[in-house]
Amino acid sequence: MEILSSLATGFSVALTPTHLFLIFLGTLLGTLFGALPGLGPINGVAILLPICYTLGLPVESSLIMLAGIYYGAEFGGRISSILLNVPGDAGAVFTCLDGYPMAQKGLAGPALALSGVASFVGATIAIVGLTFFAPLLAKVAIYFGPSEYFVLMIFAFATISALMGTNPVKSLIGLTVGLIVGVVGVDSTTGVLRFTFGEAELYDGFEFLIVIVGFFAVSEIMLMLEHHSSDDFEMPKITRIYITLKELLTCKWTMLRSSAIGFLVGVLPGTGASIASAVSYTIAQKISDKDKTFGTGDMRGLAAPESANNACSGGALIPMLTLGVPGSGTTAVLLGALMLYNINPGPMLFVEQPLLVWGLIASMYIGNIMLLIMNFPMVRVFTKILQIPYWLLVPSVIVLAFVGVYSVNMSTYALFLTIILGILGYFLRKLHYPMAPVILGFVLGKIMEDNLRRAFAMSGGEVGIFFQGSVNWILWSLTIFILFVPMLAKMVVRRYQLKR
Amino acid sequence: MSKMLHFVASCAALVVLGSNVHAFEPNKPLCLAPAKPGGGFDLTCRLVSNSLTASKLLDKPMIVNFMPGGVGAVAYNHVIGQKPDDANMIVAASTGSALNIAQGKFGAKYSVDSVRWLAALGADYGAVIVKADAKWNNLNELVADLKANPKGFVLGSGGSIGSQDWFKAAIIAKLAGINPKDMKYVAFEGGGEALTALMGNHIQIYPGDIAEFSGQISSGKFKVLALLSEERLPGQMSHIPTAKEQGFDAVWTIWRGFYLGPKVSDEEYDYWVNKIKALAETPEFKQEREARGLYPFTMIGKPYHEFMQKEEKRFKELAKEAGLLK
Repeated sequence: MEILSSLATGFSVALTPTHLFLIFLGTLLGTLFGALPGLGPINGVAILLPICYTLGLPVESSLIMLAGIYYGAEFGGRISSILLNVPGDAGAVFTCLDGYPMAQKGLAGPALALSGVASFVGATIAIVGLTFFAPLLAKVAIYFGPSEYFVLMIFAFATISALMGTNPVKSLIGLTVGLIVGVVGVDSTTGVLRFTFGEAELYDGFEFLIVIVGFFAVSEIMLMLEHHSSDDFEMPKITRIYITLKELLTCKWTMLRSSAIGFLVGVLPGTGASIASAVSYTIAQKISDKDKTFGTGDMRGLAAPESANNACSGGALIPMLTLGVPGSGTTAVLLGALMLYNINPGPMLFVEQPLLVWGLIASMYIGNIMLLIMNFPMVRVFTKILQIPYWLLVPSVIVLAFVGVYSVNMSTYALFLTIILGILGYFLRKLHYPMAPVILGFVLGKIMEDNLRRAFAMSGGEVGIFFQGSVNWILWSLTIFILFVPMLAKMVVRRYQLKR
Repeated sequence: MSKMLHFVASCAALVVLGSNVHAFEPNKPLCLAPAKPGGGFDLTCRLVSNSLTASKLLDKPMIVNFMPGGVGAVAYNHVIGQKPDDANMIVAASTGSALNIAQGKFGAKYSVDSVRWLAALGADYGAVIVKADAKWNNLNELVADLKANPKGFVLGSGGSIGSQDWFKAAIIAKLAGINPKDMKYVAFEGGGEALTALMGNHIQIYPGDIAEFSGQISSGKFKVLALLSEERLPGQMSHIPTAKEQGFDAVWTIWRGFYLGPKVSDEEYDYWVNKIKALAETPEFKQEREARGLYPFTMIGKPYHEFMQKEEKRFKELAKEAGLLK
């Protein structure tokens, strides 16, 4: 009941005209960022964060809008996947597999409608989960001391390496790059300067926004410049933008299951929408694909990743709001937003900033409904936006990104750093290194190191501190479990194949 | 007649021009906060810029600009290197800046004499904070426990070794005869995180700042064992005893002040000294100081510069004692 009354307070925050407008704006922009190939949720949040900040928006308004961009982008990512076979963002890769074949069969409209409903179901389940689980976890989180945080980070890194898609070695290298960038600056325990080369501007390390905008926005723009224009694609015809109840019901179990999977994957620290949709698609295929129709335009194959990647964004907010640990790349940026406002995300957030937390949660209920409504009549508008020429898009994005970096840092040095990191990011991308591990290495590495040092400071250098208390033991067990998941999965698959 | 007129005119011109040369007046007054908006330096700048406008001492508004980096290191280097004679600009500083200068963290070649110290206009004080259900009720009990079991308790605060937060912890450790090098000290990111750790019993003693903590006083979750100030503080803090009255010589003042570039002329320096002297007397300033949670601590002009030289010397000794400087 306490939760419901808190939620009611949240709605009183979210239902003001300003906030309703910001939710609308956030979800709309999010859908756009998601729909435009290349510009995913991370870019969207990174570019708009400094703008919100410099406009002097209060923290809850900023967060409501930025979160809207996040889940809006998961909603919008499906559009270009279905219509062009180009995923709008990383979470929509698996949406192409069955979405594009459907469009080719002349079912582009129903595919968009179905995936819209699936996204809505996934997101709603996740928000309900967030509403009830986050306060519980926040109560436990006070028992997380430095040693627990350190083991939690080990768990996060294990999750990343165990679940990171196709090329674990490249993921690990990406993580390392992030870690390296993260150690620059004043050492948080001893105050010693590390890798600053006497540059006072580097004393505080790489500012979060510089890293995000450099690695994501700048490198993305350089990649975009390589392609000439987006109108090489042929847009399929969209006929009816609705689905029948019968069609919807064939997917009901897939949607529910995938939402649950997406939510859980989201809660795991360090994993994101891409993993959520990959896992749920694979499982849906294993369970439902009796006639080998997956990959040829099966509705369930479309519903699975879309429910999952939307559910993931809700789940990923849980560790962010309760532990101050990002559940995904985008929540890492949202975390940066809180810190920009001098708010320490962590166990006390629910107690000290109830209006902020509950206002955010309530805004997500509203935002989701807005997205569902927006996505039916406006799908045609969004498809038009996919045809924005790059000569217009690229300069606008780059200007927004650099104005943002400058307005927060007030220094040209920051702009040079952004460009340098952008070039580095460009080469990493050209060599097919995934970018999410880089940013997670940057964020999680700092949390991990700080807490390792704190734990040792507390214990006087005894390693035993990491094995004290039930929380630590639970985390160690989970770590070992997650490391064996890929192996177990392989064994299950092999048995499955032998039986055939 | 026309000769007479010419004479008067040239006299007038002389007076006008001459007085222009003499009376410096900033054309674009600016306060540089060497941090991001929203922090302590921002607060320091706003204190002066708001009250200067409110008391009409300055007819042009004083703009606040930000130059984050290294707790003020970037701004210190910028002022000395790029804008040493810019008399339009005052820069915010605090005890933490002096500590960093003393430890050479603002550049090994720089000392407090690398700039001209203008004034300190307010202060916060250190406080020894523990959980409400902790077994200690005063500083004596805590020090006795620490003496009996030096490794048994963990101190934690919002800054790295050598920061002003760490020095507060070091002072408490020294009361119990513990070498600061041997104390168990955990560095958190900001006071908020340290308070959370205190709640979760991950640390037992939080040497914090009283004004920053004041929002938590009514929560009933913590108790303040001692203030590290010379005298008791007014208002809702008046019931908190100082360390001095409990028999310990432990004072930690976090003053907030300003400096000017090194090549600002005496005349320009005096202009600012007089302005700030006038400002410190206005009710608008006192109101603003109270609204920002700062306690009176006023030191203007030459005395302040001399105070800074003493602070530097004191902090150098403290740092040497703690093994931070050779």
